[in-house]
Amino acid sequence: MIRLWFKSGTPWIWLNAAAVSLSLIMVVGVLALVVGRGVGHFWPHQVHQFSYQEPDKQPQVIIGEKVETSITPAAMAKSTGFVMADNEDTLVQYLVKTGNRDLTGADFRWIQERNIKDHTQPTNLIVVERREWGNFYGQLLQVKEAGNVIASGEQAWPVLQSKITETLAIFKEIAHIEKKEVGAINYALERLRLKQRRLELKNSLDDAAKQEIATEKTALETEYKQYQATLTGLYQKLRTDSLVAKAENGAELVIPLAKVVRVFQPNNMNVFEKVFHYGNKAIEFLTDEPREANTEGGIFPAIFGTVMMVLMMSLIVTPFGVIAAVYLREYAKQGFITRLIRIAVNNLAGVPSVVYGVFGLGFFVYILGGNIDQLFFPESAPAPVFGTPGLLWASITLALLTLPVVIVSTEEGLARIPSSIREGSLALGATKLETLWLTVLPMASPAMMTGLILAVARAAGEVAPLMLVGVVKLAPTLPLDGNFPFLHLDRKFMHLGFHIYDVGFQSPNVEAARPLVYATALLLVLVIIGLNLAAIVIRNNLREKYRALEG
Amino acid sequence: MTAQNVRSHSIDMSSVLRDKDATQQQPSETCIKVENLNLFYGEKQALHGINMEMQKKKVTAYIGPSGCGKSTLLRCINRMNDLVDSARIEGKILVDGDNIYDKSVNVAALRRRVGMVFQKPNPFPKSIFENVAYGLRIQGINDKRILEETVEKALRGAALWDEMKDRLNDNALGMSGGQQQRLVIARAIAIEPEVLLLDEPASALDPISTLKVEELINELKEKYTIVIVTHNMQQAARVSDYTAFMYMGELIEIGTTSELFTNPSKKQTEDYITGRYG
Repeated sequence: MIRLWFKSGTPWIWLNAAAVSLSLIMVVGVLALVVGRGVGHFWPHQVHQFSYQEPDKQPQVIIGEKVETSITPAAMAKSTGFVMADNEDTLVQYLVKTGNRDLTGADFRWIQERNIKDHTQPTNLIVVERREWGNFYGQLLQVKEAGNVIASGEQAWPVLQSKITETLAIFKEIAHIEKKEVGAINYALERLRLKQRRLELKNSLDDAAKQEIATEKTALETEYKQYQATLTGLYQKLRTDSLVAKAENGAELVIPLAKVVRVFQPNNMNVFEKVFHYGNKAIEFLTDEPREANTEGGIFPAIFGTVMMVLMMSLIVTPFGVIAAVYLREYAKQGFITRLIRIAVNNLAGVPSVVYGVFGLGFFVYILGGNIDQLFFPESAPAPVFGTPGLLWASITLALLTLPVVIVSTEEGLARIPSSIREGSLALGATKLETLWLTVLPMASPAMMTGLILAVARAAGEVAPLMLVGVVKLAPTLPLDGNFPFLHLDRKFMHLGFHIYDVGFQSPNVEAARPLVYATALLLVLVIIGLNLAAIVIRNNLREKYRALEG
Repeated sequence: MTAQNVRSHSIDMSSVLRDKDATQQQPSETCIKVENLNLFYGEKQALHGINMEMQKKKVTAYIGPSGCGKSTLLRCINRMNDLVDSARIEGKILVDGDNIYDKSVNVAALRRRVGMVFQKPNPFPKSIFENVAYGLRIQGINDKRILEETVEKALRGAALWDEMKDRLNDNALGMSGGQQQRLVIARAIAIEPEVLLLDEPASALDPISTLKVEELINELKEKYTIVIVTHNMQQAARVSDYTAFMYMGELIEIGTTSELFTNPSKKQTEDYITGRYG
């Protein structure tokens, strides 16, 4: 009976089905974990106020969000040093995010359930998101303007809200001026300095040129002074307002509104307000720059850097891969040497990516970049332009890393094109090149796109080589901006993959940043899916157009 | 074939041939001349000392059993065998007096003069219009008016215009097999070659499409010298003025179609056309 069953082939079907299910379960599991942990981060959680008294100590008040619950069996708790009563089976502990790092020195603390005497959720508790020191939890007492109290008690809350809206508007204006306008002026000044230096090096800095540079410089400096004046005014306006709040230990704290991102009362919000709050936070996460060593704020520069790097890489790898594949398949004499080259190309795909990083740093950055600097940018020495890790080198390194995939799939695509099509073209008097260009390459384009899709999938998730050739923890400027020549290939950039590593393992406040790790991971997955989907849509359109191969 | 089949077959053949005799009177001049052609695939010799002439604006058919070298010979005339790495050719082929295997010959230009249609329709995955315009575009002709005129003329020439004039922008791969083959012929005649080589052009088609292609060949010979390879002896008899019989890489016999089919001079030819082998 069993033998018959084995002979029927059913076990193999079951085995295959099991393997497929296992793979699916793992994919779904990973996504579910990342989504589950990452998505909840922006939701305004209830803030609890605990009356807490540890045995033989003063009673105290603890305010914060419940983050985690841990239940330890009594025996295990005893062995780790907790004093357990005989009637206790388990030790229940909560991890509470108490914030107020400036007052207590820590953001989180564990409390034991048995020591909680009372537990309430007062609606007037506020959460202040600050630009430094993390969140503040407590009660609002007063709002001050230039040191004078303008509202207190019940009125303080609405006044505070309108004040904060004002401050945020000013803040936005300041950021705009500093980033865009002053940034552009600084950039122009730097270019002027380089121009002068270049002329000096060429010994052609005559009085006319000097004069011209000086005029331009003065013009820029005048402009800068104007902005400086505006900025000073704005900063003064910003510094006047503050709020006074009471922390859990009763201490009163003055928080300048300039340091506040938002204030909210989570216990007093209804579902719609919470959803609105969630949406705001999510948008901030997607579009803003990071704050507080990347543990707060947004990750826009990292998204931008990732996409930019992948696009640059695609632009580099596609032509090289396609040309190499065309040569190997169409022109090279098939034989021992081409076989050797193919083996080498396939093996390149197996080289650990960090090795590519080392190669990129040693060859591209130091040798190539160093020489480019010497030849084309002597004026900026000793500061390197291309002789330092940057977007260009990162893209080229990853292009090298993904080259084998593109070559292999393009070659497969070329091999699949029926010879009758080539002959048809040649018989019409087309040369080999014309045949390739007009018929064969368009028909092989879906295969090239497949190669590109695989390349993108690999490159977007790669971190190790990037750490050596261009990715940084915090890049002050994006590689694409409004200053000529707009695309700055020499700049360093941020990357989602590296951001995950940095936030998760290198930040001063790992516990606080953990949900961000998941949120960023989710985003990285989404970005890769997005890039891939775009490529897949293009490929399917091409396939539809050139479906001769299927027929 | 049974004996009865052979008889009915030859009766059919002679009735076809009788009609043709009338058209074969006027004198003709040589267009393609093959001299001492040997072709080797590596060590193996595929063509042995072929000598033959093909007349201008006539249809010459190559018949013979599979693997006898007729397609190979056909592909020599526009140097398609250059694509086969192992192929080596000795001897000469003269098209209008010029040796096409001369070193100075531009192969692409030669193929513009000697067009070819293959066994399986091979339209490009482009629109019908672009398929026909392909040969012109590679000659650098991009003037829309000229292209439109030529495409119309070529499609009319291939008896395809009336069916396709409203579908010029459709993908050629959506056409039926017979239409595709006529499109490929239109594509070949759009660049106005002198010679058309047809490599079993109807073997992948249904009978009605075959008929259409044969009618087309009859019209085309007004303007072009046509060489056709076919498996089908009735087809050779129907469409060709001259027929060459090949066997094992050798040219056994060439003559006017009516003569070759009614009064073959070689025993092998007779055996083949009466169906004794092949």
